[in-house]
Amino acid sequence: MDRRDRFVAWADRASPGVFLMPAVLVVLALSIFPLIISLYLSLTRFKFEKGGFSLTFIGWLNYKKLLFGSQQFHLLGTLKTISPSGWIIVGLVAVLLAVWLAAYLRRGASAIGAIGRLLVIAAVLTVTLMFASASAPGGQIGTFGVTLIYVFVGVLAQYLIGLGLALLCVQNLPGRGFFRLVFFLPMMITPVGVAYTFRMMTDTTKGPFAPLWQWVGLGDFAWAATAWGARIAVMIGDAWQWIPFMFVVLLAALEGQSREQIEAAHVDGASGWQIFRFITWPAIIPVTLTLILIRVIEGFKIVDLPNVLTNGGPGIASESLTLHAFTAWRTLDLGGSAAIAYILLFVVTFFCTAFVNLTRSAGGAR
Amino acid sequence: MTARATPQKPRRRGLNEPGPAQKAMSYLLLGFWAFIVLFPMYWLGVTSLKLPVDVNDGPDYLPGLDFDPSLHAWQYLFGREMINDTMRPYYNTVVVALASSVLALVVGSMAAYALVRIQYRPKLGTILLFIAGVGIAIVAIVTFGMPWKVGVAIGMALFVLAALPLRSGFKRSLKNDDIAFWIVSQRIMPPVTVVVPIYVLFQQFNMLDTRAALIFTYVAVNIPIVVWLMRDFFASIPLELEEAAIVDGCSRYRIFWSIVLPLSKPGLAATFILVLIMAWNEYLLALFLSSANAQTLPLLIAAQNATRGPQWWYMSVLIIVMILPVVMLAILLARYITRGLLIGAVKG
Repeated sequence: MDRRDRFVAWADRASPGVFLMPAVLVVLALSIFPLIISLYLSLTRFKFEKGGFSLTFIGWLNYKKLLFGSQQFHLLGTLKTISPSGWIIVGLVAVLLAVWLAAYLRRGASAIGAIGRLLVIAAVLTVTLMFASASAPGGQIGTFGVTLIYVFVGVLAQYLIGLGLALLCVQNLPGRGFFRLVFFLPMMITPVGVAYTFRMMTDTTKGPFAPLWQWVGLGDFAWAATAWGARIAVMIGDAWQWIPFMFVVLLAALEGQSREQIEAAHVDGASGWQIFRFITWPAIIPVTLTLILIRVIEGFKIVDLPNVLTNGGPGIASESLTLHAFTAWRTLDLGGSAAIAYILLFVVTFFCTAFVNLTRSAGGAR
Repeated sequence: MTARATPQKPRRRGLNEPGPAQKAMSYLLLGFWAFIVLFPMYWLGVTSLKLPVDVNDGPDYLPGLDFDPSLHAWQYLFGREMINDTMRPYYNTVVVALASSVLALVVGSMAAYALVRIQYRPKLGTILLFIAGVGIAIVAIVTFGMPWKVGVAIGMALFVLAALPLRSGFKRSLKNDDIAFWIVSQRIMPPVTVVVPIYVLFQQFNMLDTRAALIFTYVAVNIPIVVWLMRDFFASIPLELEEAAIVDGCSRYRIFWSIVLPLSKPGLAATFILVLIMAWNEYLLALFLSSANAQTLPLLIAAQNATRGPQWWYMSVLIIVMILPVVMLAILLARYITRGLLIGAVKG
């Protein structure tokens, strides 16, 4: 065996490592190590000193400050005593959750399933209490609440509009190829560009819709100057960019359906709504669940739009968690920034775990 | 899955042909949405032709009728003075996006292929030891102020020393699915969680504000997507082909390169485009890791919000030149992109 053969034999034996290790090393170096260091950073106080900086280990203080202390207003919001109507909503949510849990227990529960659902219930109740308390008179929603609104309201709206467009486009209409292509485009545009474009769109004095605003009587209304205006502007921009994603995937899923079933139902005299409800909808549930999961994961990372469109303002009204962490970093509060980032990571991971486990039965083969 | 079912067309027509009222309604809604999608883009085009005074005196819609179109913004950004400041970010974006996408595709599909075809059994105990080694290194560096090279060396040395004798004792091991899940789940992680340590890491290597730093980071961010999408593609390739090649004495590299990759071209194309678009448009990581030399286009656009107020005309020009290549790519390759999204979403 000469040298070359031996090298070839060695290379072949080493192939499992050669194939997998580069990816593992890159992920280790740029995801896992930073993740561990971030965790450590979030437990320290960062300070510039002569000729460098110092890190002092301070335990949970950064988290404590954000969740209960002086920075609570920024993360969770300015929390006030919940008004009676707020309590009614909290009560309603609690009842719904109890009904949901009871239904699960009656179906025959496993211990882990029950514990998981109790955790989900606790999380939903806490978030409801936070919203109820932050929207009481004098209260304000913090970056955590704002991010949740962006993610859940935003993704739901994007899904519904995307589904509507897909249902329209699946019909046999001449020229639908053109619509498909056009509807697809916004996804390609950089979010920063989308943000500036929508700053022009929402300008009520010099923007293209100024005459419309004046006609409605909102000529001097500035989107970015009111809390909900700013949040809605961000959500519109985000929806404009991401509805195409929903649309494209849902359209493909609708086109992939078997025609026989629908035809049979049609012959039997089922209405359009019945066909959708009992044939189309069950067929697209798996795609729906995956789509929502992907978009929620990506949605939690939102930063470009609020940063450029509203600069997080007015005040902190449209600031997302990532933007919050970025502003903390800019003021050299590295520990606080890492703590916010870790809270975000925890929330996303919690949601993903809960979502995947709760929808396992509905998703079929997932 | 791609439902271009041409043979079925006559049958589908009878069922899917909407009535006249429904047809009119559908066109109305579709037209409305096309307007919503296209109008902002049109407005960018119009704004790029406006003088500051045209923007400031309220909305003008039609160049030539409402206002006199002017190429001043284009001339300014691509004129002799500014051309370097415009083209350097453009060049950076092209280099970073292309290089990181190609690298992510190569590294990611190799891993995806290996996870489909080769059995891995990493011992759980070894992994825990490794994590302990990393922990020791971090504590040594951060708490005791050790130089990072020494700290890393100590941590890794301890890991190797402990792992060699203990290795055979470990019973529990992970499977391929666990590894794949571990890689893919990195996508869940918000970039902001890791960006500060990455910043410090590149600072230590004197790589801040370089294209290489951005390329590495984007590769790491995009590998999970590549592994996720390509795994299903590779799994659908018939095993017999590869077995025949093994019998003929081909190495794994040869099989991967001349059998597997050519067979998965559509999947590779779809994944490449998706990853490219992500890298092309990325903002947050670039914001942290680059300032002047490695500045990418999204940052340049964001920087047009000067102290004198947003420079809408320059911004519009920049956004147009930035989205033009990807929009053209999208129009040319729409089918591939759809397919890429679909593999991910349906098999997820």
